[in-house]
Amino acid sequence: MYFNEKAECMTKEEKKVYQSENLVKVVSRVYNNVPTYRAKMDEIKLKPSDIKGIDDIWKLPFTTKKDLRDNYPFGMFAAPREEIVRLHASSGTTGKLTVAGYTKKDIEIWSEGCARALAAAGAKKGTIIHIAYGYGLFTGGLGMHYGAELLGATAVPVSGGNTPRQIMLMKDFGAEILCCTPSYAIFLADEIAKMGLTPADFNLKAGIFGAEPWTAEMRHEIERKLNIKAYDIYGLSEISGPGVGAECEYHTGSHINDDFFYPEIVSTDTLKPLPYGERGELVFTTLLKEGMPLIRYRARDITALDDSPCPCGRTGMRIARIKGRSDDMLIIRGVNVFPSQIESVLISCDARISTHYHITVDRVNNLDVMLIEVELQPDVAFDEVKAVESLRKKLEGDITSAIGVNAEVKIVSCGSVRRSEGKAVRVTDKRNFD
Amino acid sequence: MFIHQIAVFLENREGRVRDFSKVLADAGVNILAMLVADTQEFGILRAITDNNAAAVAALKTAGFNCAETEILGFEVADKPGEMYKVLEILDGAGININYLYSFTRSSKKCAVILIKVDDNKKAAEVLRKHGITLAEEDIL
Repeated sequence: MYFNEKAECMTKEEKKVYQSENLVKVVSRVYNNVPTYRAKMDEIKLKPSDIKGIDDIWKLPFTTKKDLRDNYPFGMFAAPREEIVRLHASSGTTGKLTVAGYTKKDIEIWSEGCARALAAAGAKKGTIIHIAYGYGLFTGGLGMHYGAELLGATAVPVSGGNTPRQIMLMKDFGAEILCCTPSYAIFLADEIAKMGLTPADFNLKAGIFGAEPWTAEMRHEIERKLNIKAYDIYGLSEISGPGVGAECEYHTGSHINDDFFYPEIVSTDTLKPLPYGERGELVFTTLLKEGMPLIRYRARDITALDDSPCPCGRTGMRIARIKGRSDDMLIIRGVNVFPSQIESVLISCDARISTHYHITVDRVNNLDVMLIEVELQPDVAFDEVKAVESLRKKLEGDITSAIGVNAEVKIVSCGSVRRSEGKAVRVTDKRNFD
Repeated sequence: MFIHQIAVFLENREGRVRDFSKVLADAGVNILAMLVADTQEFGILRAITDNNAAAVAALKTAGFNCAETEILGFEVADKPGEMYKVLEILDGAGININYLYSFTRSSKKCAVILIKVDDNKKAAEVLRKHGITLAEEDIL
C-alpha cells in the first residue's frame, strides 16, 4: 500500500529531473544562508551555478557531525530563526548535542516519510499504531506520531518504559502496528509470554523497528514471538528522523525516500562515490529541507545501495541492512553513545580514576548491555569493600546521566586494561549484526 | 597509637594472591596477619607485615594498587569471652566495626584484635577509658 503513489513510484527519469531541480535550489539556499557552506564552497572555488543537476553532486563538499557541533546550536540553519517550528537533538561526540531545526514544511516532509513507512507496513486510516519510541528530543516518537496522524491512522503515544502498561494498552486498544526498537520488541514479546498471554490475545499485524542495528535472526524471533510481520525503518535526526527510508513488504532493503533525501555511497578511505552494490559509507543530501538542509552529510553508516527494480513498484533506491559504522559511535538500545562522552566523565568524575578504560557491548537476552572497565590511578588503594562500591556507583550514575543509557562499571587495578600500540582500542562490540 | 596495615586492591582473576605473596617473598617481607575480603569482581587484601614500607614499594613496582592505612588494635587475653567483652564496650559506645581480623602472640599469651572503625580516635578513647590495652606498633 502506498501513501503517495505518484511520488513513491516516480520513474527514474522523472525522479532525476525532480532531484536535479531541487539540488540546484538547495545548494543556492545553503550558499546564501549558511556561512559554513559558503566558506566550504568558496574554498574549493565552487559556485552554486556550477551545480546544474544531480550528476554534479560529487563536486559538492561533505558535511560532518563536526560541522554541526562547530555551529552549535543554530549555525547550520538556512531559514530565519522564527520560521523554525521544532527543535530536536541527539547526542554528539563531546557531550554537546547535535541540533536539528525544522520549518513547517520540513515537518511535513518528515511526516510524509514516516507515513510512507507506515503505509508500506499496511497501515491506513484508522489503524491503531502503538508508538513505543521515546517522545522528546529524540526524533523516534514524534516522527512516527506525525506520520501516523498524516496517514489518518490512530496514534497511541505511549513512548518508552512501563512495559506492563504498554502490554495492557496494546491489548485493550487492539493496536495493529507496533513501533519501537527491535530489542524492545523482543523484550515486550518475552514479557507478554511471562504474563501468560499469547499473540492471539492481541490484534498486532506488523511492527516497524529501527533506531538501532538488528539482525535477520532478531527479525525472525520478533515475527515468531509476536506473530507479526517485521519492517525495518531507517533514519537519523540530522537528516530528519525516522522515515528517511523504510522496508516494503518484500523486505529487500529499506527504500530511501530519495525524492526528499538523496543517498550516495562513498569509499570510507577515499570518500569517492562508489557504484551501486558496493559497500561504503552512506551520505545524504536533503533536497527539500528548509530549516537545516545538509549537503552530502556523512551518516557514518556502512551499507550498499541497490537501484534494481522492486516488485512493490516503489522506485526509491534501497539500502542493505546497516552493518556497522565508520566512526566509533555505538548505538545502545537506540541511543547514540560515543566513547569520548564516557572519557570526559572519567576525566572529571573522580581523581582516583585514570583515563584508561575499555567498553564492552554485548546483547544479553536481546537487550544491549554495556560494561565499562575503569582503571584505578596507580597510587590508589582501598581497605574497605564499601569504598570501592561507592566509587563504582558514583561512576555508574555519572556515566548514565551523561550518555542517557545504563552502564555497568567495573573497577580494575592499574595496568589491567589492555594497552595497544597506536590508536587505543576502547571498544569491544560483541553484538553480531551480520 | 594506631597500627599500620597494607591494603591491596586485587582483581578477581587467577593467581593474584599468589602474585602478591611472591612480591613480598622477593622483598623479604614477613606477613604477621592478613584478611582478604572477596566480592564477585574484586578482592581487598589487608595485611600486617614486618616492613610495610618495603612491602608497599615492592607491590607498587609490581603494578599493584596498594597503600598503607591505619587501623586500631587492642590486646585481649587468649581465652573465651575476652573479645566479646571489648566488642560489647564498642557496641555500647555506638561504634560500628567495618572489618576485623586478629592474630595471637604466644609469647604474651594474648590475642591482638585489629579493627577498622570510622573514627579511630574516638574508638581508642573509649577503649582506653575502659582499661583496654591498645596494641602498639613496636610490639608487632
